[in-house]
Amino acid sequence: MAATVSSERDDVVPPIQRALREGLYAGAIALGLFVLFIGLRTDQNISNELILVQRWLLLALVVVATAVGRFVYVGYAQPAMERAKAEKAKAPAVVAEPGFVRRNFNKIGIVVLLLYPIAMVLAFGFQGSLKWVDNFGIQILIYVMLAWGLNIVVGLAGLLDLGYVAFYAVGAYAYALLGTHFGLSFWILLPAAGCMAAFWGVMLGFPVLRLRGDYLAIVTLAFGEIIRLVIINWREVTNGSAGISGIPKVSFFGLMSFNVSDPNYIAKVLHIAQSGAYYKIFLYYLILALCFLTAFVTIRLRRLPVGRAWEALREDEIACRSLGINTTTTKLTAFATGAMFGGFAGSFFAARQGFVSPESFVFLESAIILAIVVLGGMGSLGGIAVAALVMIGGTEILRELGFLKVVFGPDFTPELYRMLLFGMAMVIVMLWKPRGFVGSREPTAFLKERRAVSGSFTKEGHG
Amino acid sequence: MNVQASQSDFILQVEHLSMKFGGLVAIGDLSFQARRGEITALIGPNGAGKTTVFNCITGFYKPTEGMITLNKRDGSTYLLERLPNHEIPARANVARTFQNIRLFSGMTLLENLLVAQHNKLMKASGYTFLGLFGFPSYRQASAESIELARHWLEKAGLVDRADDPAGDLPYGAQRRLEIARAMCTGPELLCLDEPAAGLNPRESAALNELLMDIKNSTSILLIEHDMSVVMQISDHVVVLEYGRKISDGSPQTVRTDPRVIAAYLGVDDEEVQEVLVEVGDEDVIEQLDTGPDSAHGPGNSASMLAGPVSDTVEHADEGERVTVSKGASKAAQVDARSASIASKPQPAAKPAAKSSTAKAAPKKPAAKADNASKGTEAAAKPASGKRGGDK
Repeated sequence: MAATVSSERDDVVPPIQRALREGLYAGAIALGLFVLFIGLRTDQNISNELILVQRWLLLALVVVATAVGRFVYVGYAQPAMERAKAEKAKAPAVVAEPGFVRRNFNKIGIVVLLLYPIAMVLAFGFQGSLKWVDNFGIQILIYVMLAWGLNIVVGLAGLLDLGYVAFYAVGAYAYALLGTHFGLSFWILLPAAGCMAAFWGVMLGFPVLRLRGDYLAIVTLAFGEIIRLVIINWREVTNGSAGISGIPKVSFFGLMSFNVSDPNYIAKVLHIAQSGAYYKIFLYYLILALCFLTAFVTIRLRRLPVGRAWEALREDEIACRSLGINTTTTKLTAFATGAMFGGFAGSFFAARQGFVSPESFVFLESAIILAIVVLGGMGSLGGIAVAALVMIGGTEILRELGFLKVVFGPDFTPELYRMLLFGMAMVIVMLWKPRGFVGSREPTAFLKERRAVSGSFTKEGHG
Repeated sequence: MNVQASQSDFILQVEHLSMKFGGLVAIGDLSFQARRGEITALIGPNGAGKTTVFNCITGFYKPTEGMITLNKRDGSTYLLERLPNHEIPARANVARTFQNIRLFSGMTLLENLLVAQHNKLMKASGYTFLGLFGFPSYRQASAESIELARHWLEKAGLVDRADDPAGDLPYGAQRRLEIARAMCTGPELLCLDEPAAGLNPRESAALNELLMDIKNSTSILLIEHDMSVVMQISDHVVVLEYGRKISDGSPQTVRTDPRVIAAYLGVDDEEVQEVLVEVGDEDVIEQLDTGPDSAHGPGNSASMLAGPVSDTVEHADEGERVTVSKGASKAAQVDARSASIASKPQPAAKPAAKSSTAKAAPKKPAAKADNASKGTEAAAKPASGKRGGDK
């Protein structure tokens, strides 16, 4: 509102007067909006009758707070910001040399990730570190891997896939079923689950190759739901919505086991104290290795003709065909490669949980993974990793906000506001960085010097 | 000239090409040839079907009828209308550019040129598997492809900006980059769709230079509106109007062809009227009839897919059929007018201007005579085309 007011009007109306008026308007709007939301509340009395609770004081507080807030923003904060901006524009432009952290972001990230479990164990002891390694470390890394896998389809090839969780489910059920029924090892089933997911990626790819944009998104969304519904309803095989439990644990490359009852239990072999933390730490390093594999393959593929063809496909499909690129196989390889990493992540997920059910593979998961890719900046691995940290770590950390109870009283449950804060954070990030944390693109080859391509030139793809 | 003996001289032969979109005949029975090592220009007014011809040649459209033959230097022959879209550049080595530039704007200039070498690099990288593990054979191929890209960047005068995004280039440079990208596919025939559109005279001159350079190694088929480009660099010109060829020959012959002048400049309005009245009543109405022509094909076909065949069947005895609106084809009007003047019962010395005022009443005998004389005109046309080809 205020931002669009033209400068001529500023000259006519003194800022304080304008701020007063805008404050009053904001108060009036807030009153209209909240009179039913906050002013009145339905409740039950002791004899189970519906009664109307009137909360006029709270309503007045909210309305006054809104009006004052608007007044202060328009009257003082906005002119101050304008002045600061004008001063900045006057000052000579200094090309900021990227700081140490920014220059070595990837290396620092890798070192931090490698040392993280050790640091947690040192800080909280074996038992105390469980939560930090498992709920934060492993959980975030699973999403990093999923988002990197989806990044190949959405970020590089520009094919909007809303059913990515289907491949995650295929990988998880492949390990769960083959592991429980045939007792096959994780190390055999991990590539098998990847292959199976890739196969389903091709299966999905074939019919949808002709579709673009919104249509592709709808069909992939439907595919995700189909897989979930098949899992729910094919009870003889998948045990329906009850899920599959007792999925075998991952062994330490067949040498040591993490089952306390086994003769080669890790603590017995190494003569150390029993703890559940070993398995979690092992899983942490396992998913970290899988993440590095994904990143390595993605980086390598980008420099190979197939990766360049994916990006070219995102930029302009017709031009690709005019250059002799078989767009059919190119799209299929993108689908298959992305699905394969989804399958890897899925089988890891099944091994970590020890239990899979269709509940884990709902559309919301696809949406979160896609949100991570978009938030991080399509095509950029570092940005996506940061986005996963913010999205998954952020929602997890909101569970830890018990101290807010002290502020807002014992009735306050921060968990309830998780999704609200999460949504607000996303809106803010998208306003602040519309192309994600890392909007620029690293070129895959260069003659003289490697210069990042600004996000304003790259396209999002049309499906 | 003996067409059979010198077939391999022609890199591209388009025979009886027709493209219909529903009832609209975008190209009707078009035949022309492009010689190896020459620049063949395809010109015509807006909407003449030039880009449609290109789309047929490069596989973006499947032609309704006709045959497009490409003779490669090594003697192999491809029927382009049968190849899938992406195999035309890959196997038949035909590259193209687009009227509205289609670059990969978010990729650097170098990357654009590397994408163009996709098929070669795919093989070198063992369909990704060898490349994934960094085999030396792929590294070598990769270095070679960068060298080729550098070669074409130098030719296009863009080597200084190799690491900039393509979308950041000015318009003229984007045009040159698109040509360089097409050349990186290693084509034998390069199809350029209006490469000089929107260029200033200096950029246009630079483009001419680039094209003359490319011509040494690659045959070029060119759509162009800019007559200075066409007349300067092309060896052979084919003129289209409403999907039909109205002239074919060297730039000089085409330039003086009255039908081409009429197509581009039009004839005066009163002359249009006059011509319509002259040819009018029977003939034009018959020509506008697009239904199946029982005399020249399976008129009562049971197949729903069989469209009107009259447009593709040779009408050697009748001249060209026009399926567009009355008086739209200026070239046809010139034909009709010259025919009617020639066939008039009055002495030929009588000035045309005077005869036009006397044409108030339509003359049936004159209209009948039109048919005969137009037939001879049509028969004379391919001869003129060959004359151009001989040059």
